[in-house]
Amino acid sequence: MGPLVPDIISSEFNFIIAFIIGIFFGLALEQAGFSSTKKLVGLFYGYDFTVLKVFFTAGVTAMVGVLLLSHFGMLDMRLVYINPTFLNSAIIGGLIMGGGFIMGGFCPGTSITAAAVGKLDAWAFIGGSLIGVFAFTESYPLIKDFYMANNLGEITITSFLGITKETFAVILTLVAIAAFYFTGKIEDNINGIKMYYQKDIMTRYALIAFIPFLLVSFVSITPDRTTYLHNKVEKKLGTATYNIFDIDHLADELAHKSHKINLIDVRSPMQFEKFKIPTAVNIPLDSLLRKEYKYLFNQPFKINVFYAEDAETAKKAYLLANEIGNADNYVVTTPASVFQKLYFEPKIPGNDASKAEKDQFKFRMKIGSELKDIEKRLENLQAPVKKEIKKVKGGCA
Amino acid sequence: MKPKPYMNPYLAGILLGLVLLATIYITGRGLGASGGFKSMVMTGVKETTPTHWSAGEYYKSFEATSEGESPLRSWLFFEIIGVFVGAVISGIISNRMGWKLEKGPRITNRTRILFAILGGALFGFGSQLGRGCTSGSALSGMAVMSLGGLITMMAIFGGAYALAFFFRKLWLK
Repeated sequence: MGPLVPDIISSEFNFIIAFIIGIFFGLALEQAGFSSTKKLVGLFYGYDFTVLKVFFTAGVTAMVGVLLLSHFGMLDMRLVYINPTFLNSAIIGGLIMGGGFIMGGFCPGTSITAAAVGKLDAWAFIGGSLIGVFAFTESYPLIKDFYMANNLGEITITSFLGITKETFAVILTLVAIAAFYFTGKIEDNINGIKMYYQKDIMTRYALIAFIPFLLVSFVSITPDRTTYLHNKVEKKLGTATYNIFDIDHLADELAHKSHKINLIDVRSPMQFEKFKIPTAVNIPLDSLLRKEYKYLFNQPFKINVFYAEDAETAKKAYLLANEIGNADNYVVTTPASVFQKLYFEPKIPGNDASKAEKDQFKFRMKIGSELKDIEKRLENLQAPVKKEIKKVKGGCA
Repeated sequence: MKPKPYMNPYLAGILLGLVLLATIYITGRGLGASGGFKSMVMTGVKETTPTHWSAGEYYKSFEATSEGESPLRSWLFFEIIGVFVGAVISGIISNRMGWKLEKGPRITNRTRILFAILGGALFGFGSQLGRGCTSGSALSGMAVMSLGGLITMMAIFGGAYALAFFFRKLWLK
């Protein structure tokens, strides 16, 4: 599941990735014509809207792609950098950049592209940019308050407006298409030619423009991967076969081979806080599919044993684990509270109890105290599942 | 040999969008450019005036977050080196390499260079204030639907449009 950095790709190798991505970025910018300042500023004088076309198409493509990837559970949006919103500096900074754009004829990315193919004015722009950045870092104490003002955090426009991501994607795509159409007309008027609006070209563009809508409606109609898997498991619940651990067997295994077992409590954190079977870690059923737990379900070293308060929840967790991984999974169908009673508050058998019952009592008393010892020892170690997931720093300031 | 024509803008846009998408999928972050400039400025300050580096407020907090590593060990610095190389490759493929100065017909080379420096300075300053430029804030922000990214995008293009009239001499006949 993405992002691949830093779990699958190390942070060091990430620099090489940065270089390779940069090459493709530079190729795309140069091929689009962004190494020519005349093409860039054409946007502001109406004779060449290439920038708008490339920029909007790229934005829509990436946005729809992100929607799709996260829909299929391939991209964990909690780990993707969302540029934070500092209202004042976002607006004023943007306006200053606008001024820089119209005077200098480049933006930072395009100036590098243009400098690479030998544009002297782009080298001057880069030099100016370095001066500008330096001016900012030098004057930072003076503008710090303004820079930090009105912090709205990592907010998306969809949560700000209270609309779904799919709605916004549709709106933005519509705006983009309208912009392409009308700027095309303006372009033709100003240049006095008729470049677009030949019928066959228009048909082709219309068909391509249809694709993002198709993808977005697919995303909004079909369930996302988490919902899909939960539904699938729900259906299987009655007919599936289960590897069941009964609680005495579990207790015995825990007391003697706890290092071989990932005991996973799928109840809520609140219930877990109150009582847990010693050595258990808490992964509520709802978060079972999260990226940070994935490694548990794809390892050959330990068995996973799931328990809950009700058999159904435990079975669902078991089935989900089977769906997403290849580890050895088992399920305890006895409620956690029963385990608690039998092992930690066992009822002393009466005089008329059979020998088997008395033996069982002794066994449970012994195991119960052993488990408490193990638990104490484990407390000094780090909990095995507390795996930190790192969010990378993005943005470009 | 004549330079090859530029790519169809929509096709170029789709390719650029896929590059951005791959970046987000692989690294969890978007593209950028001005951050690479910052790395260079930071290195310059750190190497030439160490005393100023350890005194200035911005540099101090930068040093604190980078844990003493060189400012050039930054993702965006490596990325913009790649951008340069990628653009050179593209320029060679399409016969667009060569020293050249592009300007409007009504101004001198000197004026063009002066305004390029001035515009660069404004963009450099603004990109730091706005926490990202056209790539890092506007384009990458759009892909992840960041409110700030979209606001900055509108401010950049709005600002440029608002001022376009006053600077038309730089570009138009």
